[in-house]
Amino acid sequence: MQIAIPQTAERENYLNKEYGIWSWLLTTDHKRIALLYLVSITFFFFIGGFFALLIRLELLTPAGDLVQADTYNKLFTMHGMVMVFFFLIPSIPATLGNFLVPMMIGAKDLAFPRINLLSWYLYIIGGALMLHCILTGGVDTGWTFYAPFSTNFTNTKIVEAGIAIFIAGFSSILTGLNFVVTIHRMRAPGMTWSRLPLFIWAHYATSIIQLLGTPVIAITIVLVAAERALHLGIFDPKLGGDPLLFQHLFWFYSHPAVYIMILPSMGVITEIIACFSRKRIFGYHFVAFSSIAIAVFGFLVWAHHMFVAGISVYSALVFSFLSYAVALPSAIKVFNWTATLYKGSIHYDAPMLYAFGFLGLFTIGGLTGLFLAALGINVHVTDTYFVVAHFHYIMVGGAVMGYLGGMHFWWPKISGKLYPEGWARLAALIVFIGFNLTFFPQFVLGYMGMPRRYYDYSHMPEFQVLNVLSTAGSTVLGIGYLLPMAYFLWSMRYGKPASDNPWNAAGLEWKTASPPPTFNFDQEPVVTWEAYNYEELDTPPKPQEVPVGR
Amino acid sequence: MGLHQEEEHHPELLHHFAEAEQQRDAASLGMWVFLATEVMFFGGMFCAYLIYRHWYFGDFAAASKSIDAKLGGTNTAVLICSSLTVVLAVWAAQTARKTLLIAMLAITMLLGLAFLGIKGKEYKDKFEEHHVPGASFSFEHVPIPGHAGEYANPRHAQIFFSLYFVMTGIHALHMIVGLGIFSWLFAMAWKGRFTPEYNTPVEISGLYWHFVDIIWIYLFPLLYLIDRHP
Repeated sequence: MQIAIPQTAERENYLNKEYGIWSWLLTTDHKRIALLYLVSITFFFFIGGFFALLIRLELLTPAGDLVQADTYNKLFTMHGMVMVFFFLIPSIPATLGNFLVPMMIGAKDLAFPRINLLSWYLYIIGGALMLHCILTGGVDTGWTFYAPFSTNFTNTKIVEAGIAIFIAGFSSILTGLNFVVTIHRMRAPGMTWSRLPLFIWAHYATSIIQLLGTPVIAITIVLVAAERALHLGIFDPKLGGDPLLFQHLFWFYSHPAVYIMILPSMGVITEIIACFSRKRIFGYHFVAFSSIAIAVFGFLVWAHHMFVAGISVYSALVFSFLSYAVALPSAIKVFNWTATLYKGSIHYDAPMLYAFGFLGLFTIGGLTGLFLAALGINVHVTDTYFVVAHFHYIMVGGAVMGYLGGMHFWWPKISGKLYPEGWARLAALIVFIGFNLTFFPQFVLGYMGMPRRYYDYSHMPEFQVLNVLSTAGSTVLGIGYLLPMAYFLWSMRYGKPASDNPWNAAGLEWKTASPPPTFNFDQEPVVTWEAYNYEELDTPPKPQEVPVGR
Repeated sequence: MGLHQEEEHHPELLHHFAEAEQQRDAASLGMWVFLATEVMFFGGMFCAYLIYRHWYFGDFAAASKSIDAKLGGTNTAVLICSSLTVVLAVWAAQTARKTLLIAMLAITMLLGLAFLGIKGKEYKDKFEEHHVPGASFSFEHVPIPGHAGEYANPRHAQIFFSLYFVMTGIHALHMIVGLGIFSWLFAMAWKGRFTPEYNTPVEISGLYWHFVDIIWIYLFPLLYLIDRHP
């Protein structure tokens, strides 16, 4: 795609400026902190993935023969807790967001670099506690740790897991706080709100949810821990308390939390689609404000997780209606991405393959979300594999696809090296096939009535075929995830050096070196153009390409 | 790049900010955003409180009557005074009155300690009256105010006391954190680090202190003054 420029001496950049372990562990450079996060979340991703594989292996046969029932409960609980709180929530914001937010707006760093480093240490402390909790027995309540099971009955390590999530939550809050202040106060001259890349808008909306949602799960965890230790009765019906209150408080965070996981991915997809169809995003302001709308509506739909928990019919009706409403801004995004593709000059590079995967899978995940928001169907498919499949279409098919697409798109900027394009396209294909093979059968299983969280379905052996397909798919998916990790690591040493702007993409992050210098730009950038000015980038012949002597 | 060309570079201006004003604005916005998260943190407890107060109003009123409104009222006055001294401290920092700044920070901390002392006395009373939730909790035959012959349900009263201890406990924890921050401010002020050009830490720590006061302004009537009659 471009010619590597041979360099006599390597330019000083954020990677080669300093060496040694302390230059990493005490760094306040947002780019280095992003890499610290990248390594840590990859570690937790593979732990969570390991639990997922064990779950799938158990379900290969109808009988509960691989693990015992208690172990199975712990497997899906730890899979959920690790993946949600230690991979998906920090995934894009803490890695790509950390790396790109200051660069995209032309700042030298985030507003609070030391708080940024603190957030990584909080994440690591929370993660270490979670690992300790896993290794010494784990938790068996499901990642939702519903009261009163979690407060009065289970004898597993609820309090320790709670503290781990509490601490990791503060890491998430601090990331959000840093982003909001940075986006408000650190923009380069000329970088107005309507010139911001939509990646920034998506992260702004994400940060709002992180800031307003996470404290509520924090206090919920405090109350669960207090209830468990002292039997206060706040969630205990025997003492006059209300377990539904727990569910309300829990989902008040945990529903918006799925938007923490998907919105950054939408931001990534927007950047990729604009670049690889060489067009300005269709309806920039609609896409920008749909992110904010998702953040706002996302706070008003939580009780759709509780339709069968005994809430009043009127409240269920309102929450059902609002859940439909949150589909509108999501649909606006999908339509506008599609409209951007229309008459675009489309390039099928690896990031774009992930973007296409995202478009299709997110649409399926979103539409099945509407099935679940409908009160009648919800009663039928509640607590079945239909819910599991829907959730994974959004989280794995959406969020993880976006994350991988973004990693490929910005890898040349992050590492200064090109990844092998052929392998990357192959991996994208494997992930897409493996994903659908794993999770599509689960829609069918759920609709046929297979409940989730059962380790033994020997009374219904007819479910085995679809379960075998799903397990087979999960191994394919696992290979699809290992491949990028392998060639990214390979490219760091053997990859061809990347130019500053290998995709000829718009955006300030491409106007600096690859990898960037420590303070991102040699001179403070001044923005005089609109976002996604691909028509300008592509149509006029660049002046420096005109031979000099003519 | 990397070279500091500017000659007059304030020592407190961090490298990634263009000018002092940007740094101050960022710090101030950061604190406001943090306080928004604090509102949500306390919000969960206020939500639980409102639901149970609505359900078990009589029991809550009876339990509320057992805590000492005079001590609570005194504490309210103590905190309001401390808010005044914080404002004066910020003003002193902005107008280069070092002695006044140090004095006001000291008085603020003393008022904070007084608050915690009075709170400790209240907790001790509750402990002695067996009103701390748990195995030794007891709240038998306490009449519901305004309903002759009716007694509070001890279980529901225990929920009141649970919320009372969690809410005031987390508030007290915020006071302790505030005292830590103010001790640091005090040390910095003693060294003369705050000037009219650079006093952001005083200002944003002041915001935090006011916030913790405001939480108490809500806690006091909600917990101490349910259905009280002279």
